[in-house]
Amino acid sequence: MKRFAGLAIGVLVLCAIVLADNALLINGAGATFPYPIYSKWFDVYHTKNPNFQFNYQSVGSGAGIKQVTEGTVDFGATDGPMNDEQLKAFQDKHSGVGILHFPTVLGADVPTYNIPGVSGALNFTPEALAGIFLGKVTMWNDPAIAGPNKGVNLPAAEIIVVHRSDGSGTTYIWTDYLSKISDEWKTKVGKGTSVNWPKGIGGKGNEGVMGSVKTTPNAIGYVELIYAVQNNIPYGSVKNSSGNFVKADLASVTAAAAGAAKAMPDDFRVSITDAPGKTAYPISSFTWLLIPQKFQDGGKRDAIKGFLNWMLSEGQNSVEALSYAKLPKEVVEKEKKAINNIQ
Amino acid sequence: MATTTTALKGAGPVTGSRSFFAKLRDGDEIARLITLIFATTVVLITAALVWELWANSALPREKFGFHFFVTSVWDPIMDQYGALPFIYGTMVTSAVALFIAVPLGIGAAIFLAELAPPRVSDTLQFFIDLLAAVPSVIYGLLGVFIVVPVMRTVIYPALNKPFGYLPIFKGPSYGVGFMTAGIVLAIMVIPYIISVSREVLLSVPRDQREAALALGSTRWESTWKVVVPFAKTGIMGSIFLALARALGETMAVTMVIGNTPKIAASLFAPGYSIAAVIANEFTEATGDLYLQSLIELGLVLFLLTFILNGLARILIVLTTQKGSEVGG
Amino acid sequence: MNSGRLRWRKFVSNFMLAMTGVCAFVSVLVLFFILGYLVFNGGTSINWDFFTKLPKPVGEAGGGMANAIVGSGKILLLASLMGVPIGFLGGIYLAEFSGKGMASVVRYAADLLNGVPSIVIGIFAYSLVVLPFKHFSAYAGAFALGMMMIPITLRSTEEFLKSVPRMLREGAMALGASKWKTIASVIVPAAYRGIMTAILLALARVAGETAPLLFTAFGNRFESHGWSQPTATLPVMIYTYAVSPYDDWHRQAWAAGLVLLGLVLIINILARTILSRGIAVPRS
Repeated sequence: MKRFAGLAIGVLVLCAIVLADNALLINGAGATFPYPIYSKWFDVYHTKNPNFQFNYQSVGSGAGIKQVTEGTVDFGATDGPMNDEQLKAFQDKHSGVGILHFPTVLGADVPTYNIPGVSGALNFTPEALAGIFLGKVTMWNDPAIAGPNKGVNLPAAEIIVVHRSDGSGTTYIWTDYLSKISDEWKTKVGKGTSVNWPKGIGGKGNEGVMGSVKTTPNAIGYVELIYAVQNNIPYGSVKNSSGNFVKADLASVTAAAAGAAKAMPDDFRVSITDAPGKTAYPISSFTWLLIPQKFQDGGKRDAIKGFLNWMLSEGQNSVEALSYAKLPKEVVEKEKKAINNIQ
Repeated sequence: MATTTTALKGAGPVTGSRSFFAKLRDGDEIARLITLIFATTVVLITAALVWELWANSALPREKFGFHFFVTSVWDPIMDQYGALPFIYGTMVTSAVALFIAVPLGIGAAIFLAELAPPRVSDTLQFFIDLLAAVPSVIYGLLGVFIVVPVMRTVIYPALNKPFGYLPIFKGPSYGVGFMTAGIVLAIMVIPYIISVSREVLLSVPRDQREAALALGSTRWESTWKVVVPFAKTGIMGSIFLALARALGETMAVTMVIGNTPKIAASLFAPGYSIAAVIANEFTEATGDLYLQSLIELGLVLFLLTFILNGLARILIVLTTQKGSEVGG
Repeated sequence: MNSGRLRWRKFVSNFMLAMTGVCAFVSVLVLFFILGYLVFNGGTSINWDFFTKLPKPVGEAGGGMANAIVGSGKILLLASLMGVPIGFLGGIYLAEFSGKGMASVVRYAADLLNGVPSIVIGIFAYSLVVLPFKHFSAYAGAFALGMMMIPITLRSTEEFLKSVPRMLREGAMALGASKWKTIASVIVPAAYRGIMTAILLALARVAGETAPLLFTAFGNRFESHGWSQPTATLPVMIYTYAVSPYDDWHRQAWAAGLVLLGLVLIINILARTILSRGIAVPRS
């Protein structure tokens, strides 16, 4: 027994010495929406700056907001901007210090589905989408869906709705859009990172929803574009406010942000769903990093500021390969100035 | 006379009136104190856990009171929380699990206790014990990649086509849902039913069996009509233990239940359990009422498993005592 | 006239008994099925990379779980150092020093702790260790797992110490040894094998726990240094990878599952064979 204890303590001490800190670890958590690009960025950044390790955990925007407010992570990430209540809660917990939103990329929520025999892009009207997720449109061959998709053989099968089980910015974007185009959705369900879904099964993270849709026949879910692309799962076009059926891609997402880019508020919190524009994709969104305004640890603060600057310049060059759209020039300039607000 | 007392002065009494520090110099006292401190730590930890659960669920207890247990709405936007869908889901999946595991488990236990020669019985029990040691995330893995597809391609068609008019078999096939979770749970709890039932059956005195056989019953009749009823309470205890295990199971369930806080009659429908919702939503519950509602769910789960475990223990002890009393 | 009925009863008897045999073998077969399936699916993915490389960015194939394997090892080690001494020394108290009242209180508390669902232990560890220190950490995870090891260690230590024959105790005392010396040099070594077994079984049980780690050790893309950083662990990685849509991640989840199950089974087999010479293992 004594020998064992001695050995264990020795190993412990050894571990602490050998694996001692030689790189600064900065912890972040939040949105799964931008996880593919964030994990790529942090990987590349670490190769360029080996003394910084950014550990990002993809746990959903809800958890990102919560954990950065609690102070258990250094920064958060969300696709549903923090509302005034949440901003105040952060200030209350951090003696008056605020938290800043920094847009990183533009992305899109796409309706992705797994219908046996259908491999192309279906056309969805806003009414069809609201109807499906409200539980009123229950079969794939319902006229609301079949109407704009003449020539496609839709089966007489029940639609399996897949939504998020965790607090999600992707959900926020989706429900924000549905609230704008459907009064019934707005009053019955509303928008938020976690809503009371009328029907469907829940998957954890964009990854979980994609996994569920991929393996469940007749399922439909909403995921960030890159997840559907990476997994070769078909996703549909959505009718925008000008009446055109638009598929999500770099051009249509950038078009959706055009108006907001010019009129970006100082705190960068803005919604671009159902944006005007002939070629705009209606379910697009910015996604934000949540950075506290003040840091106790000077090293972490400088590391984060360094990363943000890199992200706004070099980092933007790698986003398109993963189907995210670059930030508009005006937004980048505005952010570069805002970085100075971090103390 | 005076001289005798003086001669004995140095000895003094051996117990009681020594000072604390004098006692301390004695190694035994130190050992007692040290081990006492560690034993008290155990009590303190448990007390702290119960206290934290209680104190950190004050908000919803004040706001919702008893309604918490009968409301089925779980809406973080409106800040309305009701535990009913999760209690329902926990109950239903456990019921399905027991429905499958109890016959299988008792059957296996009968075989191991009554029929199998001791060496075979011990070897098989060894493997059953290993089955109990498999981590729950592994069951979840198998649930997602094996049970869900089997459910969709084999079990659902087999039950829904002929019996789809029954409320419990209605509805589309999600693959995930109450029944899938129940099947995975059944596999997880079978070892508990087998181990405990086997032991209580082994503790039934030989006389009972032999008396039945002497009266002309077949082996099965003596087992089923005499031995098993004798061990009935203990077997009930094993079922309670299995139930307690099923209630608290988190990972395997959350991977296959569908994560939907809704009550549905159909076993093929997706649902939610208490443990699964805590695992999914705890790290993101913004707002104190939300977080504390989850903690209150944790408290409910804790109380349920506490009661079941306590009952199980009593039942098992009663049976094994009965066995030794009646004589063997 | 009775022989027809008798034949029927005999048939039923043989049939039902055969059915029970089927139940038993099916139950045991499940174990081998699980093992076989894991070997089949995970075996091919276990390569040198798996044990030595860090995870790759999302969607890119390759990488491994080096950080999770080390992370699990660290947390289990720390959990043992936290939980075992408390359980062991507490068990000594129960067996050797305590009066009836205190003993029942401690036993009751241990049984209560043992029955707590692991997710609730996670909540407790989060409130007690993560929030006040304001970060997820390896020691928070170790705390949660350590607490789960206490009841098994405590009860087993008590039982095995009590089962040491009186002769040994009385012999030592007759030679003039004080109580604690008797315990340390005679009784504990005599019960050593049983206690060691219980500790191993407790370790195997917490090695597979995922739920408490979700809110305590959280996760880490990199190797975690020291004890106060979020740490990747094998069970949490399996969970994360299994529910994702990436085939490469699924492969790695199988491989990790095989490694984890292999570890747990080896510890269990080791523990039970050490003990199989005589004393029965108390079932938790």
